[in-house]
Amino acid sequence: MLQYFASLNFLTLVKVLPGDIAQGLIWGILALGVFITYKILDFADLTVDGSFATGGAVTVMLILAGVPTPVALLAAVLAGCLAGLVTALLHTMLGIPGILASILTQIALFSINLNIMGKANQAVSVDQYRLVLSSRFNPQAILSGAVFVVLIIAALYWYFGTEQGCAIRATGCTPSMAKAQGININTMKILALSLSNGLVALSGGLTAQYQGFSDINMGRGAIVIGLAAVIIGDVLFSAILKKRQNFAVRLCFVVIGSILYYIVIGIVLWLKMPTNDMKLFTAIIVAIFLAVPYLKERSRSSFTRAAKNGGKQNA
Amino acid sequence: MLDLNNVCKAFNVGTVNEKCALSSVDLHLEDGDFVTVIGSNGAGKSTLLNAVAGTWPVDSGSILIDGQNVTGLPDYQRASLLGRVFQDPMIGTAANMMIEENLALAARRGKRRGLRWQITPAEREQFHERLKELGLGLEDRMSVKVGLLSGGQRQALTLLMATLRRPKLLLLDEHTAALDPTTAAKVLELSDRVIAENKLTALMVTHNMKDAIRHGNRLIMMNDGKIILDISGEEKKQLTKADLLQKFAEVSGNTLENDRVLLS
Repeated sequence: MLQYFASLNFLTLVKVLPGDIAQGLIWGILALGVFITYKILDFADLTVDGSFATGGAVTVMLILAGVPTPVALLAAVLAGCLAGLVTALLHTMLGIPGILASILTQIALFSINLNIMGKANQAVSVDQYRLVLSSRFNPQAILSGAVFVVLIIAALYWYFGTEQGCAIRATGCTPSMAKAQGININTMKILALSLSNGLVALSGGLTAQYQGFSDINMGRGAIVIGLAAVIIGDVLFSAILKKRQNFAVRLCFVVIGSILYYIVIGIVLWLKMPTNDMKLFTAIIVAIFLAVPYLKERSRSSFTRAAKNGGKQNA
Repeated sequence: MLDLNNVCKAFNVGTVNEKCALSSVDLHLEDGDFVTVIGSNGAGKSTLLNAVAGTWPVDSGSILIDGQNVTGLPDYQRASLLGRVFQDPMIGTAANMMIEENLALAARRGKRRGLRWQITPAEREQFHERLKELGLGLEDRMSVKVGLLSGGQRQALTLLMATLRRPKLLLLDEHTAALDPTTAAKVLELSDRVIAENKLTALMVTHNMKDAIRHGNRLIMMNDGKIILDISGEEKKQLTKADLLQKFAEVSGNTLENDRVLLS
């Protein structure tokens, strides 16, 4: 035991911190995409696992083909939008339940991503190509990531304040009301799912550059990490800002949730937990955060409690 | 203002539960008519309203609103002509959005929703005035989330939203059924006022006979997917509950033995 603690070096933890922050920022973009579907549209979209890898694949292949990085990223965003569009059309035009529609797209994207890359992974070296960010230069990566995040949050804040953005919010909140106000809820679902997966693919494209390669499995479990960030962010948001809630701040907290997630993962790895158990660990974190509101409510009123109180009166 | 010609709608076709919810319904509303619709459970009252609103397509017949044939249009495309208040106070407004945001959504009913900001300062002024007319103090809480309002407040807000842009026809679907009696009376009184002030044409479903008699200038009674009674003018003004029960027995050959209607 003593040996274990002696082997932990606090300095190594500090050293990996910039990397955690950079990754948190990049994945924060994915989390913003998940926020749009999960929180605003009330749609459990699992397309994310596929579209994240699509973003990585498109970005890397285009960069390798000599396309300028910003153009490659833009193409990745469009590919992601297209993936979201497919899920939305499966759901709205063909009547497939949302979660199932997104699983179908996700599994289809696995083949499509393999076709884009030609093989299971493709490297892109920061030494040979001009990349936006790389894990080799973490301070710059943090800066680039932060610039993306700030621009995206500003754009989302504006968009969801417009007539169209409000129509999407109304669709997610109360579909019957949206229809009564003349909103075509199918169109709104198409817009939101496309926008969301476009952001997810951007995050995938940045991740591929950051890690120096794109991999067919890089999106596995991405939705769970996105949910973890959204939920951690939202719990903190409502705990810290009780009344004065602002949409832009709420979006910031989603990204903060993502950064915190990566810092926690960094700490857990520092504690020498096996890397193989990371997905299990993530699932447990998300399960706990999802369960907390329910258990809190139950502690206030539950049948067990009612039986206890009623039992006392009878005795 | 509203013309239903020979409208039919059946549910669960081809199963043992097949039910003809509307059978050859003809109904014509004049401009300014305020019609109350009454009938026992399953008589087809709400089905009639949903047919007009375009919740689903009808099996046959045609529906015209203000002369425009809307038979082939889904609900959101008819929305520019209609104002709707639902039975469930939770589904007429968006709980996660502010009062003013809900009103701004309603102010754009039937219009293209582009990338302009959702609400203009002039609209905010206007909403403030209109909310003030409700007399519920909501004008000072315009940036409050609708989810924090009571059921009655939400129904009043839905009513305002339904009439913010003058609809050709206002559809009220048992919109006070989920409220306590005092609040229900207030919302009904408000509905009366809004309809009178804006000279609206309205169709109000209710299961409360007294309300059906007291409100509106015309009363129709439904049974088994058909309109079996249509009373208007002087006759409607003189109508009593006893008359209505007797008439129902005469027309349908049954007594109106539905507790929900009798007790109300």
